Amino acid sequence: MIFYEYEARKIVELAGIPVTKYGFCQTPEEARKIAEEIGGPTVIKSQVLTGGRMKAGGVKFADTPDEAAQHAEDILKLEINGHMPVGVLVDPKAEVKQEYYASVVWDGTAKRPLMLFSDMGGIDIEQVAEEHPDHVGRGHISNLLPVGDYEAKQVIAATGVTGSQLNRATPILAKLARLFRENDMVLAEINPLAELTDGTFVALDAHMEMESEAEGRQKQLLRKELGIAEDDTRDSYVPSEFEKNVKEIDAADHRGVIQGKDHGFEGNLGLVIGAGGGSLTLTDAVRSQGGKPANYSEIGGNPSVAKACGLAKEVLKKDGVEKIAVMMSIVSNTRVDIVARGVIKACLELGKDPGETIAIFRIPGAWEDEGNKILDYYGVEYCDRSVSLWDAAGRAVAKIQEGAGA
Amino acid sequence: MSAETMDSVFIDIELDEPAASDPELAKKLEEVCTVGIFKATENGTEIVQGQLDECVLCYLCEEAAPEGSLRIIKKYEA
Repeated sequence: MIFYEYEARKIVELAGIPVTKYGFCQTPEEARKIAEEIGGPTVIKSQVLTGGRMKAGGVKFADTPDEAAQHAEDILKLEINGHMPVGVLVDPKAEVKQEYYASVVWDGTAKRPLMLFSDMGGIDIEQVAEEHPDHVGRGHISNLLPVGDYEAKQVIAATGVTGSQLNRATPILAKLARLFRENDMVLAEINPLAELTDGTFVALDAHMEMESEAEGRQKQLLRKELGIAEDDTRDSYVPSEFEKNVKEIDAADHRGVIQGKDHGFEGNLGLVIGAGGGSLTLTDAVRSQGGKPANYSEIGGNPSVAKACGLAKEVLKKDGVEKIAVMMSIVSNTRVDIVARGVIKACLELGKDPGETIAIFRIPGAWEDEGNKILDYYGVEYCDRSVSLWDAAGRAVAKIQEGAGA
Repeated sequence: MSAETMDSVFIDIELDEPAASDPELAKKLEEVCTVGIFKATENGTEIVQGQLDECVLCYLCEEAAPEGSLRIIKKYEA
């Protein structure tokens, strides 16, 4: 889940990290009031979940409250990369001595959070890392043990920062690391972290992203502190009926997991796919061999028959779907026979012949022999692990193309 | 073939009398089945038709029932 800047600032503030006296508003009048309260030059920033605000004219500077109101009016009407703003953030124009960068990101390779710090803030950290690697400090933190200030200090000191700057920045990075863990974030970034002319440090901008699976246990933060409604999906587009239905089916049953996306897919081959990166590999394999997927999906974790059936039904109900391909990498915990039952049941309940509708069934692994008995009974073509994912996808594509040519 | 007319597609369970009317056995079956196929009632065991296809073939119900009184039928092997 991605947060708007004003929400990310609030999260930072709740963690005890100093921020400027900002205000979020949705009308020019409110923007004027906030600017009056700030009592000096302000920055008006569009609140959208996309980048490139500055270039698009979504960030403007104002010297007076009237100017702030005028900018707010313009920005509230401004669409950026297809996104309309939910409001604007009015921020004091800070007297900055130096800009720093502080973040904590999830390191998927190390499977631990990684603290990052740079004394070159305000620009993309990727650019700094490439052009000035000695100005980026890094350090992993434990997933379980408390985060010590000394760990943050080591990361900052690695960039050459010393003295009072080191002492002032240390608790900020340590607090950022703690909020990352406590709030199940995958990204917690402050850029820029500003050292003001009076020597104090404040977060001038923040980006936060929470692990979607953690939303259920972060209700206190999401609903009470930030006031985010339960149906606020933060998707960058309106979810389709297919996507909503798959989500509901998944939520209704704790066994296994299914996901379905069809944004941008308009093909005729429905995909019921998954397992250990299998979904991405198989979608690519279908496309690379001339196939047109009707959707993307993920199925795994040993779903119930009802869940496998629910996903297959939703795929089959999509406009233009002629056949489905049921394919996974080798599975250990997901049972082949259970998925076979689910997809065949889906065909039958929709009045379709499983043997005609399922272009290929390629799920090798647990309970494969039992699954094969079911597939044999219903005349569904299947293959074992001796057929690669690529070749299985190719067979499905060939079958649907044969049908189109007939 | 249409599933609309069928309670289950893949699995059926046969439970003979008098075991089917035994309330104690009904409780035991309800407890051992992880997918909710059995419901204990005053009159004995009720088989929840809508759950039959969720059977994971663990055979704990067969073990819990008196020998030979409960049978799991795989329809696709018929």
